[in-house]
Amino acid sequence: MSADPVNVLLTKKRKFEREPDGRSIDFHERVFELEQAGEWTVHRVPEDHIEVETKYGNVKKIPRGHLWHHKSCGQCGHIPGYSTSIFWIMRKLGYDYEDPRDQTSCTAWNYYASATSNPAAQAAVALRNFAAAYETGFYPLIHCGTSYGHYKEVRSELLRHPDLRDEVRKVLAKLGKAMVMPEEIVHYSEWLHALRDEIAAVQVRDFSQIAVTVHPACHYYKLVEGDAIYDPDIYGGQRTAVVTGIAQALGADVRSYSTWFDCCGFGFRHILVQRDFTRSFATMRKIEVMKEEADPDVVLTHDTGCVTALDKSQFAARAHGHNVGVPVMSEAQFAALAMGAHPFKVCQLHWHSANYRPLLEKMGIDWQQAWAEFQQQLDKLENGGQQFVTWADVDA
Amino acid sequence: MPSTTAPHRKRDDAAGYADVPYAEKQRLFELVKADPRYPDYLYGCYECGICVAVCPSARFYDFSPRRIAQAAAREDAELFYQQFQEDIWECSQCFSCLRCPRGNNPGGIITIMREVAINEGMASAKEALEGYSRIIYKIMSTGTQVSPDMLQPDAFPDWGPEVKDVSVNLDLWRRALPPETHHTTTTGWAVAERTLIELYLIWLETGALSMIKEVDAGLHMILEEVMEERLEEEGIEL
Repeated sequence: MSADPVNVLLTKKRKFEREPDGRSIDFHERVFELEQAGEWTVHRVPEDHIEVETKYGNVKKIPRGHLWHHKSCGQCGHIPGYSTSIFWIMRKLGYDYEDPRDQTSCTAWNYYASATSNPAAQAAVALRNFAAAYETGFYPLIHCGTSYGHYKEVRSELLRHPDLRDEVRKVLAKLGKAMVMPEEIVHYSEWLHALRDEIAAVQVRDFSQIAVTVHPACHYYKLVEGDAIYDPDIYGGQRTAVVTGIAQALGADVRSYSTWFDCCGFGFRHILVQRDFTRSFATMRKIEVMKEEADPDVVLTHDTGCVTALDKSQFAARAHGHNVGVPVMSEAQFAALAMGAHPFKVCQLHWHSANYRPLLEKMGIDWQQAWAEFQQQLDKLENGGQQFVTWADVDA
Repeated sequence: MPSTTAPHRKRDDAAGYADVPYAEKQRLFELVKADPRYPDYLYGCYECGICVAVCPSARFYDFSPRRIAQAAAREDAELFYQQFQEDIWECSQCFSCLRCPRGNNPGGIITIMREVAINEGMASAKEALEGYSRIIYKIMSTGTQVSPDMLQPDAFPDWGPEVKDVSVNLDLWRRALPPETHHTTTTGWAVAERTLIELYLIWLETGALSMIKEVDAGLHMILEEVMEERLEEEGIEL
């Protein structure tokens, strides 16, 4: 092991051992007990699924296809290449899905920012969405890390508190919705992780020269920690395996850094009304440390807020002479690029702030030509009588 | 009653809370303690400081998740009140503090404290939500939180020139997105009308809408009008 700061630190750390832990008991049994008791219907994971292990060794089923995409406010709102890439990968691999309009936000961004809600409302929002998915027959796949973490929190609260279940049941009855709890709450990054070999098998771009650092999202693996995917072969099981697993499968050079456990500085309310904190934390505790210790070509993460905070914070920090300047994207966009996706038509990188063009060049992508192709598509929208770009246009 | 000059607190007169009776502080603490989640969030404190070491807010503010857990564990209503007014809105709600070896959830205690601060219309809640009304309006009335049209250069000058590019080209760039649900500018995706009505019913039936009455009466009035009018159109009586 080298004398890099991160490796010196690692030798001093107490190691996590995978053992059953009282704080993270397997919830599945209780979920099915409540179904037996007639309290709710369990939406079962489809037969076609992959089994992975979570932090304490429990099995988690990840469905391959027939998925109901629970979209993310921030991804759809200001990082639209994020959700588009998830859809594109799924289409490319030939899995069917539902992109519903009968879906609201989990509303947890606002809840963690302003607390202008309560447990009953949050649980009702979650279960309304779960019921909407169940009605279609498609299985929910959660795009946002905060939605995923919050829904796991909601599940824990519902399992513990019968009064809360009763309150939510009454509210849902007024909507004409049934009480439905999915057998597993599945994040899209878990889907990418479980299918990483299938994705790597159709890779068309060589990423062996691409240096990557990974920011694991707090709400993915810190909230209800036991239900996040870990793999003894990835970081020795000391960090969540998602994101890193697929980056490695795609042949990228994944590099470590000492502040990997730190959050991104998003802060929920801070990113909107107190961004001096977000900018300081995202750059001084994350980007600068990554640059100094690992010098990545790109930062990969798997949540809306993390992409936002880490990407958007760099512009002002650069003006102040900080050591920043590294593109940030989701591993979904990274995987899509590996599979041959168009950087602008699919990955929509023009919505990002940090300069991604040197990365594209290193990936062997002529970004100037790609931008010209995208402009041609825009011309058709402006002058060619076409109202919207369709999947057929992108797949062509 | 604990001394108001205890070294772990600002003096009440300096902090500006000299005129708040102890009984009121105790009442607010009891509201937090009565939350059904509270017993799952506090088991005691080793005072090890791991929560502080991993806390992003502790690095940039005079803020400590350990003090939150300790004040709660000691049932120190005076300190708890000070934290209500000065600390809770600095938390990032990242839940890194769940690394607590005792199983505490200081971030979760703060979530409960914030809810109480909102319900009670506390000064810190009003101050924290200044400039935030449009976000609450957006999430409660449209079902998605941040919409593409919020990306305006004057709102996000620190995000670089790309924000202006998005703003100028917004309609065109949204039409260039392949997913059909993404051809929107005022919401993150296209939410069905029926879905929105169901969401309004949730806000009204669970009391979530009423929560903002104490902190932003104007916003509450507007949202109530929007929701009730829409529900009335559907023939839904409350």
